[in-house]
Amino acid sequence: MVDLPRRSLLAGIAALGASACAKINESETTKSLFEAAEDGHRAVHRALAGKQGLAKEFRPDQRSPTFRGNGSVTVADPFYKQQLAGGFPDWRLEVKGLVEKPLALSLAEVKALPQRTQITRHDCVEGWSAIGEWQGPQLAALLDAAKVQKGANFIVFRCADVLYGRDYYESIDMVDAYHPQTIIAHSLNGEPLPEKNGAPLRMRIERQLGYKQAKYVKAIEAVASFADIGQGKGGFWEDVAGYQWYGGI
Amino acid sequence: MIKHALSTRLWHWVNAAAIIVLFMTGLNISNAHRYLYWGDYGFDPADAWLAVVRFPGWATIPQHYNLALARDWHITAAWPFGVGLLFIWIAMLANGHFRRDLTTTPRDWTPAGVLASLKAHSGGGAHAGGYNPVQRILYGMVFGVLLPLMLFTGLAISPGFGAVAPWLVDILGGRQSARSLHFIAAWGIFGFFVIHIVLALIDWRLILERFTGGRRPEPEPAAPPQTDPVPAAMEAPAHG
Repeated sequence: MVDLPRRSLLAGIAALGASACAKINESETTKSLFEAAEDGHRAVHRALAGKQGLAKEFRPDQRSPTFRGNGSVTVADPFYKQQLAGGFPDWRLEVKGLVEKPLALSLAEVKALPQRTQITRHDCVEGWSAIGEWQGPQLAALLDAAKVQKGANFIVFRCADVLYGRDYYESIDMVDAYHPQTIIAHSLNGEPLPEKNGAPLRMRIERQLGYKQAKYVKAIEAVASFADIGQGKGGFWEDVAGYQWYGGI
Repeated sequence: MIKHALSTRLWHWVNAAAIIVLFMTGLNISNAHRYLYWGDYGFDPADAWLAVVRFPGWATIPQHYNLALARDWHITAAWPFGVGLLFIWIAMLANGHFRRDLTTTPRDWTPAGVLASLKAHSGGGAHAGGYNPVQRILYGMVFGVLLPLMLFTGLAISPGFGAVAPWLVDILGGRQSARSLHFIAAWGIFGFFVIHIVLALIDWRLILERFTGGRRPEPEPAAPPQTDPVPAAMEAPAHG
């Protein structure tokens, strides 16, 4: 009797060996285990913090002296370059997809909406953090103005930057879309967004990691599913590198 | 009487597997940004209190740099580790393992206590009196400080959990401090792991008892221990 658990335990420990790992990583069982673990973390976070639970906000003197730019720090598109030089006079932010009333807002119109200012910490998946003051309208206000249809389950952000030959995009669910700290920021520390931080508009989704904070946002799209966007994993890094779709861990 | 309760044995091996995965994936994650800071923020290597070495492939899971996969394993193994820690604490308090084997008296912390421990240990693994003062202190630090610190700093690093308990991030001194403490505690646990393995290998029967449960010496005279006296004849004859 005692031999059985001993043998299976030893086998389990041996399975952690290097060569076995490659096979384990690719198995469907492991992938569903990873998904269950990720979903479990999200469920615990949502249950304990509540859907509207806020990320910490800081005092102005707690900001980091600068704000690091990462991932795309420049956009090659000629129209973008020309707009950047002139202060984005012809830039339009589209709100489209499963909405009753599609919108196309100029930067001035975005700035004319009710604003939220928040000093928050930005956590990169790599481990580093920076703190900055962001200002912009809440995503909820835009979605309400465009009248999101019932069938919409996710909000997709379409971006102007291209990395490794692919358009950057990201997506969040409706809980984070309607979270009070989810804003479309046009300013960082009281100044218009610098190019490296996502000019002219970037997302702030404060309870998730940096790769979810889409920069250079061109369009906000309400969708039922993101299965047929990109490679179907819900975001650029999710598709390219296999990062978790839920960036709250 | 069984020496190691079933709950202790079960937790021990599940936790051992979880910790190996967490540590080796953690080294892979460390390679993503090899600088540690104190406070809420930190991204500039010039502000780092420690520039960490790049951990080689043989020390990491997976064996090449893959942040996504390392994180998948890390947040998966975090479940048995975290839930297991809660489980073993409840079990230890309920079955008396904590009171019997991990509580210390002020005397245990004196040099005399340490000397007594060394003396007891040199007698081999078959001593009857439970854990000696050094063992109580060491295991107590692991259960009371290192493992909980590992769990709480891990939670504090997660931005989603930051919205659950902003106070946790604050008492740890900010997210980058929590990340530094997570790294330090990981090496503390690694240090324990090494000592633990070396001492267990010296008397390998202890490892078997971790599976079978083993037996405490009964009050009645126990069977004489199987000793293997080394005959002098086994000494290798000198060649030329």
